[in-house]
This record gives sequence, structure tokens and C-alpha cells, in this order.
Amino acid sequence: MLDQIELRVKGLNFYYSGGIHALKQINLPIYSNQVTALIGPSGCGKTTLLRCFNRMHDLYPGNRYEGEIYFVKDDILSPDTDLISLRSRIGMVFQKPTPFPMSIFDNIAYGLKLKGIKKRSDLSERVEKALVHAALWEEVKDKLNASAYDLSGGQQQRLVIARALAVDPEVLLFDEPTSALDPISTAKIEELTAALKKDVTIIIVTHNMQQAARISDRTGFMMLGELLEFGDTNKIFTAPSEKLTEDYVTGRFG
Amino acid sequence: MPALFCCFDINKRRTMAISFKNKNPVDVIFSLLTGLASVSVILFIIGIIYVLVSESSLAMGRFGIVKFLTSAEWNPVKEDFGALTNIYGTVLTTFLSLLFAIPVAIGIAIFVTEIAPNFLKGPIGVAIELLAAIPSIIYGMWGLFTLSPIMSNYIEPFLKKVTADIPLVNILFQGTPMGIDILTASVILSIMIIPFTASISRDSFNLTPSVVKESAYAIGATQWEVVKNVVLPYSKLGVFGGVVLSLGRALGETMAVAFVLGNNHRIATSLLDAAATITVTLANEFAEADNDVYLSSLFYLALVLFVMSFITLAVAKFFLLKAERKYSR
Amino acid sequence: MMRVQKRKIEGSIALTFSTLAAFLGLFWLIFILGDVLVHGVKALNLDLFINDPAPAGVEGGGLKNAFVGQLLITLFATLIGVPVGVLGGTFLAEYARGRKIARVISVLADIMVSVPSIVIGTFIYAALVKPVGHFNGWAGSLALAIIMVPVVLRTTEDMLSLVPWTLREAAFALGAPYYKVITQVVYRGAATGILTGILLSIARVAGETAPLLFTSFNNSFFSVNMNQPISSLTVTIFQYAMGPYDSWHEQAWAAAFVITIFILILTITGRLIIKWRYR
Repeated sequence: MLDQIELRVKGLNFYYSGGIHALKQINLPIYSNQVTALIGPSGCGKTTLLRCFNRMHDLYPGNRYEGEIYFVKDDILSPDTDLISLRSRIGMVFQKPTPFPMSIFDNIAYGLKLKGIKKRSDLSERVEKALVHAALWEEVKDKLNASAYDLSGGQQQRLVIARALAVDPEVLLFDEPTSALDPISTAKIEELTAALKKDVTIIIVTHNMQQAARISDRTGFMMLGELLEFGDTNKIFTAPSEKLTEDYVTGRFG
Repeated sequence: MPALFCCFDINKRRTMAISFKNKNPVDVIFSLLTGLASVSVILFIIGIIYVLVSESSLAMGRFGIVKFLTSAEWNPVKEDFGALTNIYGTVLTTFLSLLFAIPVAIGIAIFVTEIAPNFLKGPIGVAIELLAAIPSIIYGMWGLFTLSPIMSNYIEPFLKKVTADIPLVNILFQGTPMGIDILTASVILSIMIIPFTASISRDSFNLTPSVVKESAYAIGATQWEVVKNVVLPYSKLGVFGGVVLSLGRALGETMAVAFVLGNNHRIATSLLDAAATITVTLANEFAEADNDVYLSSLFYLALVLFVMSFITLAVAKFFLLKAERKYSR
Repeated sequence: MMRVQKRKIEGSIALTFSTLAAFLGLFWLIFILGDVLVHGVKALNLDLFINDPAPAGVEGGGLKNAFVGQLLITLFATLIGVPVGVLGGTFLAEYARGRKIARVISVLADIMVSVPSIVIGTFIYAALVKPVGHFNGWAGSLALAIIMVPVVLRTTEDMLSLVPWTLREAAFALGAPYYKVITQVVYRGAATGILTGILLSIARVAGETAPLLFTSFNNSFFSVNMNQPISSLTVTIFQYAMGPYDSWHEQAWAAAFVITIFILILTITGRLIIKWRYR
């Protein structure tokens, strides 16, 4: 495995507007073209950490970061970071499918249009590419102009992934992407995740231990805002060095 | 007491059984009383329609329906009446006021939901509620004493000057700027309906799930792009319902326009002309109508207004309910 | 990167317009309120409350008749409108809960809330003024009551629906008949909400003018006889403001000031209660 570091979190502390210290001294490497899973009990800070990578916390006033997250060589958390460009390089998929109130085609073309691609033929080509990439093309190719709300939940989630892929991001953030889906749709998303990592780096937050074990290369275990253990997924699930990690992955609490 | 429970199980508890068997007599009386009170709403509506139709039957017989609606005559001396000038004034002032009010109201809604820092959200929200609470007679009086002179001295001469050389547009500003005219009335009406439109738009905007907005931000949309491409399309049903509701309000507004419209029964082509709306005609002439045909024609006008606004409000309600259902999915 | 800049500039322009719109709204409020305040305070004096109007064109005099008339009309409108509204809302939220009739009445009431108030004036004229042969205070009160009913009815319905069903079940379980459950338990749970609705509905009708123009009409003399034409602040404002005398205009401002303050206090109290109770 070629271990090239895409993102490096250094001494990250995060405070919500009420002053709650949600992340404490996080240090973490994210390797290129791998799937990194973040696990831990509810409220441990894994989603908070995920939302630092695309500075989602900036949408709400009063939140505060300390420390650095290097994206290749730039610090994401620097005040000079252009959030618009950052977010088109680091995409995100949420717990519940979030199609926009537009057609299937326009949903995917949206990010491309924002980037300035206007020519219909270019758009069509890239929309198709993204849908194929997200394993949704066969199911929707005949109804690209239908409303995105007509799709099933699992299809909507793949649509959202296609939308994120269309703008060629370098990193994708998955925030419990399958927690609202049925087992079959979940399996499809998991297959997709495995297939995608040759092109993008993926960070996935999940509640589902088996899922983390199945699809990730690295796993970070978090608790009470701290990263207790980080390492190869195999090692975390078979021979963790921390007692708490072992208790959690074996289902003794959580 | 078990009789009361027989008809609802835990799953259906939202529907209450109305059955008088074995029931406490006071309960029966109380339920009938409440039933009667709520049916009064239907009785009012039926009563209004019945009274307006029967009172206007004389005029209806004399002028018919089509002729009444299309005749621009309003002549108490010759006892010849048509609704057209009144309908024209009502529709024109309503249209203009919506034209002025909608952009401002939607701007306010965007500001309050998306832009304003938290410490400003509250005060501006309260200000909008207060603006909605001020009675229309205050708007009307303020319009007469304060706005009308400003219009006639500054704004209307300015508009005349600017548009003087633009063909067609200059027709809209012909005549002497008196401040008692369609333009002033529409401006006041628009100030009055801004708060309604704004608060309904705000409520609709707030129904956009924040996760959908976040996912637009997450692919690099700017704040404005999120509003334009996600929030507005998402809430268009509710906003449209709010606009139609404001339209219904504007159609029936009396006092805000009664002071500054001039009650002039003719089809005006210039916005600087005085005009009459159905409401203004009623307010000015109803208590003075001195013969049966005149009074009956005024009732006929009231009936036309009632039908116009009832339909508009029903349409508004339809869209608002549809929006509610869509979002509560 | 140029493109990102362009999009950001476009965004700032649009958002600046929204901000300007918001301040335009605020500007109108301050302008109108400020104007009413400045003119009103100037014209306000004790005579206004203790004297009846002087003959037309003569300086001095007050509006005691209008203040008293307004109070009477509003009071009787409230006494008629509130019970009907509260009982009607009770039917929709309790006995007819979830039934089609409840939905229909609820929607019709929503429409009635916005029906032109002047139309209700013409209705009452035909029903209560024409048969009697002259304008009278009762007609004015009833016109306002009809405007009040749907407002109170809808708030009551909403507020009662907010009371958890389990509370009713707990009362049923003690063996209480439904009317006792409603009057002793449910009303108590929804009391602040209903009270707020009543306050706001009084604020709504207290400023109504159009439905009084040809029901209670106006009376330049002091009268508390509801069977006769009776003066109201709002109709007086209309008459005085449209009249030719400066002293009338001043008194119209003063009356406008009093009524605006009264309504704003009611509205703000209502909002504060909601905020305090339901946050």
C-alpha cells in the first residue's frame, strides 16, 4: 500500500459556539486513495471532526477551531482559505439523502454549473460519467428530467454521491451515508465506496462496526472528543492496543 | 363512562367519537353548544352570500351580470351603475402594490432567515409583526398627511421628468402630481402588505431542511447560490401561497386607500389620476346612497368583491395547505 | 479563480439588496410610528379625554364620546366574539378532532379571517341597520364580533391541539366526563395560548374602521346607548382627517396615537406571552 498523506490533522481543538470543547488535541493522518473510518459512541465528536475538513462549522456563528489541518500543503483552517474552492475539492454526503428540488440531471449538473461549465454537451457528458461512476446510470438514464424526489432513498443517496463526484473532488466526506437506508441499498453504497477509492480519498463516519471493518483501510476510534486510537482497520478490529477500543469494537458498550 | 371510549382505540385516538348514547347529559349539551359555535362560521358565510345576493337583486335585475361587470358608468343621478371602474381601480392598485411589495418582502425574508446575525433576527422579526399590527386607518391617515405631500412635491415630479421622453411610459405619469392618486394609494397598500408577504415567506424559507442547504454549501455554492437554487425552489409553493394571500388582503383593503385614492369613477390611464376601488366606493357612498337602485348597486359591488376575495383566499389556502403537506412528508 | 470571485461578487450584490429591503421595511415602521408619535404627542392633552367635541370648526373640545363609544363597541364585540370563538375552536379540536367537518370549518375560518371587513359591514347593515331603520351600536359590535370569531376559533383550535392527548386520557381514567376534561384540564393546559389569541383578536378589531362606517356610524354627541348611532375612534379619525379644519386634523393624530399605542401594547404583550410560555 502506497501510503501518501492527503490530509494531516495537527493539534486540532474545536469549540462550539456555546463554548463546548468538542474536539481535543486531535492528531490524525488521512492517506490518499484509502477509506478512513471514524467510529465511536454517539456524541464522541466523529461527525464534528468530519465537518472540520470542509469547514462546515463556519456556517454557524461562534464556532472556533484551533490547530491545523494540512490539505497537501495548505492549512484548511487558515482564515485565508477560500471556502467555495475548498468545498468543491472536498465533497460531502450526508446521513439522509439531500437531493435539491430540481431534476436528476440538474442536481448533478449543479456543481458543474457553479464551476462555470455551461456547454450542454460538456454537461451531459460529465453528468453521465458521474452517474456511471456512482452506479446509478442504468437506473435513471431514461428519466434524467424527472424530479430527483421521485427516486427511492437508496437511489437518492447514490444521486447525491454522483453529484459530489461530478465536480472531481479529491476527498469525499461520508457522514453515516447508509444509516437511513435498507440493507440492499447499503450494500450498493458500500460496493461503490470500495470502487471509488482508486479516484478519491474517502473519510467515512459510521455507527456500524461491521461496515467500518468491511470497507475501510484505516480506522480511528474516538471517545469524548478525543482520538483514542488510530491504525490499520485490521489491527483496530483484531488487536487494538487500547482496552476501551476493544470493548467498543466487540460491542461491550456503545 | 365506558361508552365514550368504545369507539376509539389507541391508534385512532385523534378522532373523537361523537355518540350520545349513555352519555352524561351535560356533555351532550356542551358538545352541541361547541358544535353550534363552530358552525356559526359556515352560517356567517351563507348569511353574507344570501344577504348580498338578495339585497343586490334589484340592481342585478336592472343591469344583469355581464353588463354590470363591463359597464364603466357610475351615475347616481341617472341611476345607471356599472362595476368596471371600481374593479379596474381595485385590480390596478392591488397589482401595483404587489409589484412594489413582493421584492421587498422576499428580500426581508431572505435577510431574516439567511443573512441577519442572530441578535438582529429577533428585532427585525418583531418589527415586521408590529408593522402588520398597525391598523389600516393609521396607514391611510399617514398616507394623506405625510406621504401624499412627499409624493406630490418630490417623487411624482421626479418620475414625470425622468419618463417625459420615454414613449408609452410617459403616459403613466401624465397629469398634475396631486399626491391623491393611484400611485400613492398603491405605495401605501404595498407598505401594508409587505409584512404579511414577508412573514409567510420567512416561514416557508425556514421549512427548507438545513441539511439540504448544507449539502449545497458542501459542493461549493455561495450563500446567494444556496438561496437562489435551493431555498427559493424548495419553498416556492409556500411563498406563492403567501403572495396570493396578500393579494386577497389587498383586494379588500379599505382604509389604507380610502384617504388617498380620490374616489373618482373613471378608467384612468395615468398613475397620477384619482380612481376608485370597490372598497373606497363602498366606504364613501354606502351611508349616503339615497335611492334603492343606488344602494342595491352598492350591495352588488360588495358581492363582486366578496366573490373575488373569497376565490383568491381559497386559492391561497390551497397552495399553503399543499406546501404544508409537501414539507411534512 | 476569477470565476469564484465573480460568483462571490454577484452573491454580495444580491444579499446587499436583501439587506436593504429589510432596512426599508424597518424604515417604514420607524417613519410611520415616529410620525404618529410626534404628531400625536403634540396634540395630546387632558381635554381630549374629558370633553366632548366642540361644534364643527370651533377650537377645543375633546373626543370623550369616541373613546367611550370605542370601548363599548369593542367590549361588546369581545363579549360576543370570544365565547363563540373559544367554543367553536373547542369543537374542532375536541369533539370533531380529525373529522372532515373540522378541516372544512378550519379552512373556511382561515378564509374568513381575511375576508374584506367592509363586506361584513354591508352584511350587518342589511341584517341589523335596515330593519331597525337607523344606525346603532349593536350593529357595530356584531360586525366586529364576526371578524373576531374566526380569529379566536383558529387560535383556540391550534392551542388545544398542542395539549398532549395523554393529559386527556389521564383525566378520562379518573372517570371525568368529556366536558369536565375539557373545561377543567384541557382549557387549563391551553389557557395562556387562548388568552394570547384573544388579546391579538382584540388588537385586530380595535383598529377596524370599515365595518363600523355604516353600522355604528358616528355620533358627535356623548352617548352610551347601544341602540343609537355611537361614535368610535376609528370612524372619527376618518371623518376628522378628511375634514377641512386643522383642529380636527390634530385631534385625528391624537386619536391615532392612542389607538396605535393601545394596539401595539396588546400585540407586544401577546408576543411576549407566547415567547415566555412556548419557547
